[in-house]
Amino acid sequence: MTDLLTPRAIGQSLVRRDGVDKVRGTATYAFETDVEHPAYCHPVQATIALGRVTAMDTAAAEALDGVLAVLTPFNAERLASTEDAEYAVLQSTEVAFRGQLIGLVVAETSELAREVADGITVTYAEQPHDSELRTDHPGLYAPEQVNAGHPTDTAEGDVDAAMAAAEVTVDHTYETQMLHNNPIEPHATTALWEDGSLTLWDSTQGVHPDRAAVCEVFGLDEERVRVVCPYVGGGFGSKGNPHANVMLVTMAARALPGRPVKLALTRQQMFFLTGYRTPTIQRMQLGADRRGRLSAIAIDVVEQTSKIKEFAEQTGVPARMMYASPNRRTTHRLAPLDVPIPSWMRAPGECPGMFGPEVAMDELAEALGMDPVQLRIANEPDVDPDTGKPWSSRHLVECLREGAQRFGWDSRGPGRRREGDWLVGHGMASSVYPTMRQATSTASIRFSGGRYVAEIGAADLGTGAWTVLPQIAADALGVDVADVDVAIGDTRYPTASVAGGSSGTNTWGSAIVQAAREFRGKYGTDPQDGDEASGDVDQAAMDDAHAAYAFGAQFAEARVNADTGEIRVPRLIGVFAAGRIINPRTARSQLIGGMTMGLSMALHEDSVFDTRIGQVANHDLADYHITVNADVGEIEAHWLDEHDPYVNVMGAKGIGEIGITGTAAAVVNAVHHATGVRVRSLPVTLDKVLAGLD
Amino acid sequence: MKPFAYARPADVAEAVRDVAAEPNAVFLAGGTNLVDHLKLGVARPDLVVDVRTLTSADVSDLPDGGLRLGAASTNSEVAADRRVRERYPVLAQALLAGATGQLRNTATTGGNPLQRTRCVYFADVTTPCNKREPGSGCSAVGGYTRYHAVLGTTAALPDPTAPETCIATHPSDMAVALAALDAQVQVLGPAGERTIPFTELHRLPGDDPSRDTVLEHGELITAIDLPPLPAGTRSAYRKVRDRASYAYALVSVAAVLPPGGDVRIALGSVAHRPWRATRAEELLRGAELTDHSVRAAMDAELAGAQPQPGLGGGNGFKIPLVNRTVVATLRALTSEASA
Amino acid sequence: MDAQVTLTVDGTRHQLPVDTRTTLLDLMRERLGNTSPKKGCDHGQCGACTVLLDGQRQLPCLALAVAHDGAEIVTADGLAPAGELHPVQQAFLDADAFQCGYCTPGQVCSAVGVIEEAGRGWPSHATADVTAELSPEQALTHDEVAERMSGNLCRCAAYVNIVPAVQQAAGVQA
Repeated sequence: MTDLLTPRAIGQSLVRRDGVDKVRGTATYAFETDVEHPAYCHPVQATIALGRVTAMDTAAAEALDGVLAVLTPFNAERLASTEDAEYAVLQSTEVAFRGQLIGLVVAETSELAREVADGITVTYAEQPHDSELRTDHPGLYAPEQVNAGHPTDTAEGDVDAAMAAAEVTVDHTYETQMLHNNPIEPHATTALWEDGSLTLWDSTQGVHPDRAAVCEVFGLDEERVRVVCPYVGGGFGSKGNPHANVMLVTMAARALPGRPVKLALTRQQMFFLTGYRTPTIQRMQLGADRRGRLSAIAIDVVEQTSKIKEFAEQTGVPARMMYASPNRRTTHRLAPLDVPIPSWMRAPGECPGMFGPEVAMDELAEALGMDPVQLRIANEPDVDPDTGKPWSSRHLVECLREGAQRFGWDSRGPGRRREGDWLVGHGMASSVYPTMRQATSTASIRFSGGRYVAEIGAADLGTGAWTVLPQIAADALGVDVADVDVAIGDTRYPTASVAGGSSGTNTWGSAIVQAAREFRGKYGTDPQDGDEASGDVDQAAMDDAHAAYAFGAQFAEARVNADTGEIRVPRLIGVFAAGRIINPRTARSQLIGGMTMGLSMALHEDSVFDTRIGQVANHDLADYHITVNADVGEIEAHWLDEHDPYVNVMGAKGIGEIGITGTAAAVVNAVHHATGVRVRSLPVTLDKVLAGLD
Repeated sequence: MKPFAYARPADVAEAVRDVAAEPNAVFLAGGTNLVDHLKLGVARPDLVVDVRTLTSADVSDLPDGGLRLGAASTNSEVAADRRVRERYPVLAQALLAGATGQLRNTATTGGNPLQRTRCVYFADVTTPCNKREPGSGCSAVGGYTRYHAVLGTTAALPDPTAPETCIATHPSDMAVALAALDAQVQVLGPAGERTIPFTELHRLPGDDPSRDTVLEHGELITAIDLPPLPAGTRSAYRKVRDRASYAYALVSVAAVLPPGGDVRIALGSVAHRPWRATRAEELLRGAELTDHSVRAAMDAELAGAQPQPGLGGGNGFKIPLVNRTVVATLRALTSEASA
Repeated sequence: MDAQVTLTVDGTRHQLPVDTRTTLLDLMRERLGNTSPKKGCDHGQCGACTVLLDGQRQLPCLALAVAHDGAEIVTADGLAPAGELHPVQQAFLDADAFQCGYCTPGQVCSAVGVIEEAGRGWPSHATADVTAELSPEQALTHDEVAERMSGNLCRCAAYVNIVPAVQQAAGVQA
C-alpha cells in the first residue's frame, strides 16, 4: 500500500501547455529543426523481397553537381554492432524484405536527393520469397517468449476434456488484419556530426532509448551523443524503438562532418520501414454450462515475424486473465517470413487479443440466449486467473453496468431493427490493459528564480506530458502548478523510459515524486536558488503482490445500409476504470483517441499484403484508410472514480492504450446484431455483409 | 522527380502549340493529380505547360438553356453554382462526393475528368503496369483488385503478362455525372476545335491501356457543356465507399430521370471509363421503374461482368453491389418524383 | 531548372529563384523557414499542409511554386499575427481539439476555410438537398462540419473535439 498524493493540481482539467505553439504550428518537430545550411537525404529501397544486391550504378549520381554523398552497401562505414539486423543498414548486400534500405543519397536540395536516389540502377540476384501467413506454414515455431516478456504458452486443466463435456461451446477462428501505425508526422531526423559528437533531433517516443540504440550500433559513448525531441507528431508505438532510418541518417551525418543532414521518410516508405502490427489468426474455444459459467477458454494464435528480427505479438495474453475458467490454454506460434519487421502498435497484444475472445463471448451469449453483459459479469474472477494474485483493483463489472446504463443497452432488442434505409444494431465488449511501470527513470527538481523546474527526458507524443508532469510535480512539492516548469525531450535531462506500454506517466511521475521528496528532505520548504535534488523510480514503492490492470467496457451502435451494406458507427460509449485521472481534459482525449483508432481498425484499416511481391499493396494514405472526421459521430469516454493504492503514488493507471482494446469486437458484435451476419475477420466491410442482406 | 521546363504561355493557342511541339510535354491545370504523379515518377515530362489561368474559370449560360463550364472553373465553384445545383444536382453531388474541400478548391473542370486511375500498381513504379509502362504487364490481375473493373475488361481471366491487359477503373466522380448528363467536351487542338460527346471521351483499354481518352497529344479541354434538361428532371449521384468521406468509390451511380422520360444511368468505378448502362436504359425505356424492373435491367447490364479474383477476396462483390445501388438510387429518385 | 517567383507568406514578401519541381510546401518549409504547414503525406492524402492560398484552403504539397508566382499564402502561424490567436485557434485550444499537434495547423487553416465556405452558402456531401439555399448555420451542423473537415486526417483522433471547436469559432450552437 502506498499513501497516495493528495490531489490538488492532479485532477484539474488544465489546458495543454504546448497548445498555443501547436495551434500556430510553431512547435518544432524533428525535421523542422532550424539548423545552418542543411543537406537533404533520400533513401534507396530494395525492389525485391529476397536476394542480394549485385551492383548499384552510382557513378553518374556521384558526379552530379549538388550531390554530397551516395551511400551503398559497397561503400558505407562498418558499424560497431550488427547484432540487431534491423539496424545493420548497408552492412551487407543481402536483401531480407522488399523495401529494405539499400542506399542513401545526400544532396543540397530535397528535390535533387530524391531525383538521384530514384535514378540509381540496382542489379539483384533474386531468390523466391515467402511472405504469406498461413496456419499450415511449415516453419511455424514457438518463440522463447512473447512481447513484454510473457511466456509463449500457458495451460491449466484440460481444455479438450472441458470442451467435450461443455453444454455449450464456441469454436471459431478469428482474424485481425495487418495494421500500420501511421502517425501523421513521418519518421524524421535532423542529424549533425561535429567534432566527434552527434546530435540527433529525432521524432522518438524516448530520447534515451533512442540514444542507447544509436550508441550501440555505432560504438559511441553516450556522452558524445545528444538526442532532442520536444514534440512528437504521433507515434503509437512506431517511434518507441528507433528504426533503420535513424541509423541511416546518422551514417549520413558521419559521412559529412559539420553539415547538418535531414531525413524524413515518405509516407510510402513508412509502410516498409517503421514497424506494423502483425496480422493474427486466432482459434478461439469457449465452453460453458447453460448458465453461462465458463469451463474452458483457449486461444491458439498464429502470427508472423520477419525472418531477420523476431517480434512476437502477445495476442493470447489477455485471454489468460480476463475471465474465470478452470481450464485454460493459450499458445503463440510465429511464421518467419520475408517481410518487413513487425513491431509495437498501440496496445500490442491486448488490441488484437481482445478481438477474437470478445467476439467469441458474444457468440457464446447468443448461443446461450444470454445478455452479453451478463455473460461477462457471470465470469468475473475473484483473483487473477493467470497468476492467482489478488487484483490491485478490478472494476470491470462496474464499467459494464455504467456503460450499459449510459448507452441505453436495455433497449436493445433481440433482433434486427430498421430505421429507414438502415439496419441498426448494438454491440459491446470489454477492454483491458495492464498497469506497468518501467524500471529506469530519473527526475531532477531544481529551484530557480522562484520557480521549480522538473527535468526528465520524457516524451510528449500528444499524450499531455508537458501538462500532466507539472501537475504531479506540483502536488509532490505541495506548490501551485503555475510555479512548476518541466523540461523534457532531451538526453541532457535525466534518463527517462520510453513512452510505451501506457507507462509514461506512471514511471516518470513516480520519479518526479521521488525527486520532490528528496528535494523537500534536503532543502525543506524554503529552498535557495539553485538547490537541486533527484529521484529514481526504483526508489519508489513497488507492489508485486497484486495483479494491476485497467479495465473498461465499450458499447457501439452500428448502422448498416440495407441496400449497399455500408457500415457506419454513429455512437460509441466507453467507461473505464483506470485509477486516478491526472488531467481529465487530456485523459478524455487519449481515451477517445484510442476508441476512434479502434473504430478505424474495425471498419477501415487494412494493410493488404501482396504476397506475390512481398509488400503492402495499398501503401499510402489514399488507399490505407484511417477513420476521417465524417466517420465519427458521438464518442464518449467516461471513467469511474477509482482509487488504487497499489499501483503507484499517484494512484494512476495507464490510459494511452486501453481505449483501442475491445472496440473492434464491440463494432463487429453490433454489426451482427444489426444484420445477423457474423464477421470474424477484420476489417468489417460492406462486401462481408452484403450477401447476408435481403 | 525528374527536372522539367515550365512554361506559361500567353494564351491557349500558344499553349496547344507548345505541347504539340514537344512530344514529352503535358498540360498543368490545378495539378492535384499531375504533381502527385510527378513525385511518384509516374509522370516524367520534359515540359510542363501551365494553362491554369488561360482557360475560362466561368460557369456561363448557353443559348440553348444549357451551361458551359469553363475548363479552369474549380470543382468547388461548379458544385456551389446555383444553376448547377438547381438544374444538375447529380453533378453538384458527384463533385461534392469527390476528394475534399481543399482538393476541390484546386481541381478544375478540365482536369478532373482527365485524372488517371488510382490503381495502386499504376502509382508504384517498382511494379509492372501496362498503363504506365506499355508492355510491362499488369500487376493488378490476381493482386489488389478491390477498386478494379468488372466491366469492359478484355477477358474473364486476363493474362497478366499480355500487353493489352488492364483492369483499372476511372476514378472521377464528376465524370460519371457528366456521362449521365450527355455533356459535350469542347477541345482545342493543333488541328483546331472539336466537340466530343462526353460518353466518347474515355476509352476502354482495348489494345492500348496507356491511353485513357481519345484526346490526341496537344489537345486541350477548354470547356464542358451541359445540355439543357426538361423542366422537372430529377437527378442524383450515389457513391458507395468504405470510408464516409475522402475515399474513392467502390461503385457509384449517376441517374438522370426526366419527367415521363427515359432514365439515364451511368456507373462509376466499375470500368476503365465511366460506364453508361445503355443496356439497362434500353430495357427500362417506357417501363415503370420498380425495384424489380430495375434489378432485372441491371442483371442484363451486368450479364457480361467479370469479377476479378484477388487479395482479400477480389472484387466480385461489386456486381451485386452496383446492381443494388442502382435500384436504391432509382427508388429514391422515383419516390422523390412522386412525393 | 530554376525560375524566379514572388510570393507573400504570412504578410512577408519573398522573391527568390526556385527549382521548377519545388512545391509550395517544400518552398515554405525548406527555403523560407516557415514550418507551420506540416508534411504528412506529400500527396494530398492527409491535409496536414493545408494553408489559405489566395484566400482558399488548399494543399501546398500539390502546388508547384513556379505555377503560383504572385500568390498570397496564409499559414496557421499567419493567422495569429503578433501572437493574438485566431478564434479558430482559441477554440481548438479550448476544446482540446488536438493531441500531438502535427495535423493541427492544417486543421486550423481548413476550419477557417470551412467557416468562410459555409458563409457563402456552399453545399457539401452532407447537405441533404443541394438544390436549396443553405444558411451558415445549416452548413455548420455536426454532420456538415465533420464532412467538411474530412480532408484533414487526425491520427490521434481528436475529431470529437474538432467539430465543436469549429462550431464555437463560427459562433453556431453545437
